[in-house]
Amino acid sequence: MRTLLGSTVALAATVGLTACGGSSGSNSSGSPASAAQADNGKPVTITFWSGYTSREKGVFDSVLKDFTAAHPNIKVKSVGGINDDKIVQAIRGGNGPDVALSFQTDYLGNYCGAGAWIDLKPYIERDKVDLSQLPAPVRAFSEFNGKRCAMPALADVYGLYYNKKLFRQAGITSPPKTTSELTADAKKLTQRNPDGSLKVVGFNPTFGWYEMVHAHAAPSFGAKWTDASGKSILGTDPGWARMLRWQKALVDYYGFDNLQRFKARAGDEWTASNAFETGKVAMNIDGEYRTAFISKEHPELDYGTAPMPVDDAHPELYGSGYVVGNTLGIPRTSKHQAQAWELIRYLSTDPGALTKLSNGLKNVPTTTTSLADPALKANPQFKTFLKIFTNPNTSTTPITIIGAANQELFQTFLQKWQSGHVTNLEDGLKNVDKEIEAQMANATAGQAP
Amino acid sequence: MSAAALALPRRNTAARRRAQRRRRLLILGLMSPWIVGFGVFFGYPLVYSAYLSFTHYDLLSSPRWIGTANYDFMLHGDPNVGPAVRNTLWIIAVMVPLQVILACSIAMLVARARRGVGIYRTLFYLPALTPPVAATLGFLFLLNPSTGPVNTILGWFGITGPLWFDSPSWSKPSLVLLGLWGVGNTMVIFLAAIVDVPRHLLESAELDGAGWWRRLRWVTLPSISPVILFAVLVGVIDGLQYFTQAYVASSIAGAGTANAGDSTVTLGYPENSTLMYPVLLYQQGFRYFNMGYAAALSIVLFGAALIVTIAILRAARRFVHYQGAART
Repeated sequence: MRTLLGSTVALAATVGLTACGGSSGSNSSGSPASAAQADNGKPVTITFWSGYTSREKGVFDSVLKDFTAAHPNIKVKSVGGINDDKIVQAIRGGNGPDVALSFQTDYLGNYCGAGAWIDLKPYIERDKVDLSQLPAPVRAFSEFNGKRCAMPALADVYGLYYNKKLFRQAGITSPPKTTSELTADAKKLTQRNPDGSLKVVGFNPTFGWYEMVHAHAAPSFGAKWTDASGKSILGTDPGWARMLRWQKALVDYYGFDNLQRFKARAGDEWTASNAFETGKVAMNIDGEYRTAFISKEHPELDYGTAPMPVDDAHPELYGSGYVVGNTLGIPRTSKHQAQAWELIRYLSTDPGALTKLSNGLKNVPTTTTSLADPALKANPQFKTFLKIFTNPNTSTTPITIIGAANQELFQTFLQKWQSGHVTNLEDGLKNVDKEIEAQMANATAGQAP
Repeated sequence: MSAAALALPRRNTAARRRAQRRRRLLILGLMSPWIVGFGVFFGYPLVYSAYLSFTHYDLLSSPRWIGTANYDFMLHGDPNVGPAVRNTLWIIAVMVPLQVILACSIAMLVARARRGVGIYRTLFYLPALTPPVAATLGFLFLLNPSTGPVNTILGWFGITGPLWFDSPSWSKPSLVLLGLWGVGNTMVIFLAAIVDVPRHLLESAELDGAGWWRRLRWVTLPSISPVILFAVLVGVIDGLQYFTQAYVASSIAGAGTANAGDSTVTLGYPENSTLMYPVLLYQQGFRYFNMGYAAALSIVLFGAALIVTIAILRAARRFVHYQGAART
């Protein structure tokens, strides 16, 4: 009975809004009720959960205030400091918010797959929301298996930060465009202490160094995670092996132990002692948000930004990068889904809202319309990321039903690889594919084909 | 036989039954807090976990029956089970004996102190009061490969210290050092037992010419053997459940090893060397939404803990001596 009841609830949440409308109800034509129709047009208060705190929450709340001004019947109660674990727990307990904002895309496969966030398709069709205003990778990180249970709101885009003063001292005039140029420049920029330890690192290639992670570097090599059927292809896509060989060669130049010791004494990434901000690292892969940190913490830093250098064999990829972002969804437990959708539509598609959020939080707005908004404040360093964002080769990581398991299995292999504990790279990568497939098979066991 | 004569024993039986029922109800009533607590917090979760272990359960939709697929995956598919079991066994095999020996040795030294027993006892016990998370953070600072005091001091003598929590070979020994630092609880129990060793036995052994080793081997150790058994049992069970320190150490030392979703959880860092069995269980259940499989892992852990406990208790019959009881 319990299982039957649970399935019924999940099914109701998944199938559509005629079933899951709650008090929102639906109109006679079968399409979901509009916010004006829902709750007989009475004013309601909806709850909005996000991970924002202090200043950033203030920025978000000011946009929520704008929303209420435009929708007087919908008041929004904003709760910050929420992570995905709390969202999952609340949905399980039946007391989730009306709108949830998730900072990471790891959970989306589960939110969508399990019907924990409702399918937004009926609303999108009813309101004729143009999804083509979202660049392809943004569409990719906000849906799962073709099911749109989320909308994006702001993206993080990754590129290369370089210290202009250190470049001048080393006689380098422009940022590297290929990985071999990156290696050459990194060597020129590196300075060692008399005892041989690293004083200034040109470019730290260790996976695990700040934002230098496999996923962020993958677009530079055109490395793909899965084939069209969703099967893991780390061992067969040549991009990964090329990326890893380039990376290991640079790690070996520095010495893995030296890099580990350098990392151990480097400042915390999210503080003013960040090694790039303090000139201990000359080039670094990082997100657009770093521009805001630098202007606040080290306005004196003379730096530039550029797309990540790309594989020598694929110069056409230059200009691309990695993108990921926030997602907004309506938990199935929401009692005001029509009003919740209004808020999601506003936050994800209203150019004014996105521009205001972008200007305040220094994240990339997620629609092409807002990118062109003249009100968008972008200094030259930030503009680089807006360009990377719209590059056709810019990509993201696929959303899976196993959360971050595929990435973490790969990450463990990469730790072994960079420390020199992997003897055969290709075999090792194929083995990771098998591990990921086994985890996927376990997650889908007993499912109808 | 008259009707009255027939009715009397029947009344008696009925009254007895009533009294019996009342007594049973009273017993049940008195026991009910425990029964409810046991049922709600142990019995039900155990039975439900056993059920979940045969399902795929993503926490958000209803469990889906998949038979023994989780157990198959554990035995044949999951690449992390092997390292997790090996790491856990390593911690038990190395840390538990060292903790017992160290706690016992400190207790013996403290027991011999002529003055300031209270001060020594407090000093050695204090670390045990530190919450595990705080203690681990403290050790991460002490053992930082570049800026930590330990490697700095080693550097004065021209020794390049290891990478500690950043090295797959040193991460578990670092956890053992942390475990040894916090043996205060066990030490206090040993101290109580050592102080309790009958003086007349020690004195008569000494009169018979037994040296310190023989007195230790044949008098002290047999007298405190129940405490040794207790320390070993608790240590092994704690080892099987070893989680907090490994979780904190790997998350903090590996910080920055973010995955693409910008989550900074790096369980098992470095190279799965701190991936203990309970950490794997947590990772599967709460990070990979695989609660059914996590339940299967927990059932196996429960079985292992039960078997190990029974085995230790059986083996202990030959070594443990209870004062006042016949040796069995």
